[in-house]
Amino acid sequence: MTQESPVLENSGSSPAKLGSFKFDLRKHGGLLALVILLVFNALVTPNFLQPQTLFVNISQVATIAIVAIGMTMVIATGGIDLSVGAVMALAGALAPLIFLSPFGVEYPILGLIAAFTLPLFAAAFCGLFNGVLVSVLNVQPIIATLILFISGRGIAQVLTNGNLQTFSNDAFSYLGTGKILGLPFQGWLTLLLALIAFWFVRRTLFGRYLLAIGGNKRAALLSGVPVRPVTILAYVICSVLAGVAGMIVVAINSASDAARNGNLMELDAIAAAVVGGALLQGGKAPIFGAILGAIIIQLVKYTLLANGVEDEVALIAKAAIIVLAVWLQQARKE
Amino acid sequence: MALPLLTAKSIDKAFSGVAALTSAELQIEGGEVHGLIGQNGAGKSTLIKIITGVYRRDAGTVEFDGGEASFINPREAQSAGIATIYQELNLVPLRSVTENIVMGNEPRKWGGLIDWKTANSQTKKVLSDFGLDLDVERPLGEYSTAIQQLVAIARAVSLNAKLVIMDEPTSSLDDKEVAVLFGVIRQLKQTGVSVLYVSHFLDELFEVCDRVTVMRDGQTIGCHQIAETDKFELIAEMLGRNIEDIKSAGMTDFGGGEAKRGEVLLQADNIGTDNRLRAFSATVHRGEIVGLGGLLGSGRTEAALALFGVDQLTQGRMVFKGEGFEPDDPVTAIRSGLGLLSEDRKAEGIIPDMSVRENLTLALLPRLTRAGQIQRGREREIVENFVKALGIKTADIDQPIRELSGGNQQKVLLARWLATEPDLLILDEPTRGVDVGAKLEIQSIIREYVDRGCGVILISSEFEELVEGADRIVVLQDGYSVSELENPGISEDILIAAIAHHHDEVSGANA
Ligand SMILES: Nc1ncnc2c1ncn2[C@@H]1O[C@H](COP(=O)(O)OP(=O)(O)OP(=O)(O)O)[C@@H](O)[C@H]1O
Ligand SMILES: [Mg+2]
Repeated sequence: MTQESPVLENSGSSPAKLGSFKFDLRKHGGLLALVILLVFNALVTPNFLQPQTLFVNISQVATIAIVAIGMTMVIATGGIDLSVGAVMALAGALAPLIFLSPFGVEYPILGLIAAFTLPLFAAAFCGLFNGVLVSVLNVQPIIATLILFISGRGIAQVLTNGNLQTFSNDAFSYLGTGKILGLPFQGWLTLLLALIAFWFVRRTLFGRYLLAIGGNKRAALLSGVPVRPVTILAYVICSVLAGVAGMIVVAINSASDAARNGNLMELDAIAAAVVGGALLQGGKAPIFGAILGAIIIQLVKYTLLANGVEDEVALIAKAAIIVLAVWLQQARKE
Repeated sequence: MALPLLTAKSIDKAFSGVAALTSAELQIEGGEVHGLIGQNGAGKSTLIKIITGVYRRDAGTVEFDGGEASFINPREAQSAGIATIYQELNLVPLRSVTENIVMGNEPRKWGGLIDWKTANSQTKKVLSDFGLDLDVERPLGEYSTAIQQLVAIARAVSLNAKLVIMDEPTSSLDDKEVAVLFGVIRQLKQTGVSVLYVSHFLDELFEVCDRVTVMRDGQTIGCHQIAETDKFELIAEMLGRNIEDIKSAGMTDFGGGEAKRGEVLLQADNIGTDNRLRAFSATVHRGEIVGLGGLLGSGRTEAALALFGVDQLTQGRMVFKGEGFEPDDPVTAIRSGLGLLSEDRKAEGIIPDMSVRENLTLALLPRLTRAGQIQRGREREIVENFVKALGIKTADIDQPIRELSGGNQQKVLLARWLATEPDLLILDEPTRGVDVGAKLEIQSIIREYVDRGCGVILISSEFEELVEGADRIVVLQDGYSVSELENPGISEDILIAAIAHHHDEVSGANA
């Protein structure tokens, strides 16, 4: 009989009404934060309203957003994936290794295809590993994904002998530097992936099952939801998306740095998902919320950087955002 | 006359604009056992939650113990002297029985540490009043729903409250446990404690209540001295129907039981699992309802879990539709044509944040998809049909299921399984928490379903439902199936005797 904290329920009359539009801080807090950030930057940050700023931010937000999409699906099952940063490093390290290999040099086209696909298979394998640990061996998700969090980056560094690998390969770099209609390619890619993920979550059997598992695992199991395969698939999708993001980072830099690629990305992605409205106990998968969350995280980073605040302080700011989002979430739950 | 203990006046409450209570009233005297009845969705639980501070009222006043009472959370209500057992139990299954009982007022040792020894012995004492002898250090979740319900009641009673509110406390108890509960209620009454008692079992009210308040559609329709009214009058008032119509209809609606028994559908031979099922044998034919009878912990639910592939067999074999059958998991069981309506609505049934629509189609979903994509038009159509056929009270089919009243949630879960049209449907407490009117409807739906040539296994802690509903009853004891009774010819007394008889024999053999 846990008589839980005050249950102030959500009758329709509680949120303040602005005209006919109901504003509810808990629901629309993300949008509000976005508006505040934009206004603040427009007023304070030098050169904020330049196209260049937009490009920089789009190209950087893309990786956070792509990883956050996958993270949102894992969180929807009631899990968490700490290994995304390491998987980024791994996939990012593999791609140049492949097109720089003797095979890749001799058959550039085949090499390029392999450089795009094999890292994703490697990432998928990482996801499979995580998923099996979590759903078949019943390891706590935090612990299960901690294994690759630690060892994945290590493997990437061994593969590259711990060196920075630079290259020049225009076709591959398109992933990070290409433009369509004047906007960065990875921005479009993010949009496309988000649309697919949204459809997947909202319209397919898999999506419904994902939310059912996060909502009540035992009930889902007894209703014939294949809990294990669906959970594993969620981790695989998350890892593959992390792999995509890892390759984008490498393409942007025309260099792979296994030590830094995707470093602390798990924090950004979890923060983005939570700010976007994902519930840590599972059962919700707001894909576009995660995109919004990623934009907010990116803007906060940019704001602090552009105004000369130190990195360490930026980290604290990020932590504060997570705390605030989780706090709002607790309030929303009631 | 002394002041009433609790007076709630002109209570209004709306959820997102939909009225749940309109000017509802309730008055409870000191030392009185007061019944509260009404159809599913009438607003009983909402009224209780308003009194105890779970919800805030939109209008109206509540007075408790001589003062105005506006509790802002249940804890406040509890310290003011109202102990509540909510309809959806709020226990922590992973915590021990003791922790669940003493939670919030743990006995302390010097230095503020919790004194577990005292806590355990206190808990044992509280439970012994209910005839329960549990290992109080084991997690509560390991015990059956009925035991959990008793633990919740025991906790509330142990709080030394002035008013104990029980929202459908007997929904998963059998007759014997109900009798124990009534003993406790009478004891409470003697010590001057008032009890508010919500139930769909009208007979119970006549046994323990002094007065009864009837609600319909969010309003209080009447309040009677129990001695001056009868069952038919109450039902008529609850449903808003003519008393003569009610009298002419029977009290259960499983129909005559002239089942045309068809071919054998399922045969289980001495099956056992690691989950307290030792050796269970039963045969189900097409066109019949087979009841499982037995006491708490006799293995009825465990038998269902074994048939449905949740627990793996450690012995014995099954034949289903003429073929050997050993499902690895519910997915395979469902595909082969089985369905299981589970006992515990909250823990094993509903996905609370999902809509009525999504909950209802969850088991059917694979057949509603084309190329992985859900056919939403068909989905809506099916759901709307079931909502109409079962009279599910919901604002619309996209409303989250947690917002439905308990009985209406139960109907959605029943629909989840009827929609899959299984050959064999296992129903574990199918009418738990549904009102008298809806119960008749559900029972006749089950009978209709069986008449179409399907089979049903019925588990019910209500002996009346078993005796009148089942064509045969398999009696279980300590995980063994020990005897079989056949209708017509079963009476409640015969069933009780069969259960008790074997009980003595088995425990005698063990001694
Ligand atoms: N949190 C909520 N949000 C929206 N509607 C709600 C909520 N809680 C209850 N309702 C609605 O209020 C009405 C009354 O519900 P309530 O749970 O009080 O019924 P009840 O009399 O207890 O029924 P039952 O016998 O089935 O338990 C129902 O129509 C229900 O759908
Ligand atoms: Mg209720």
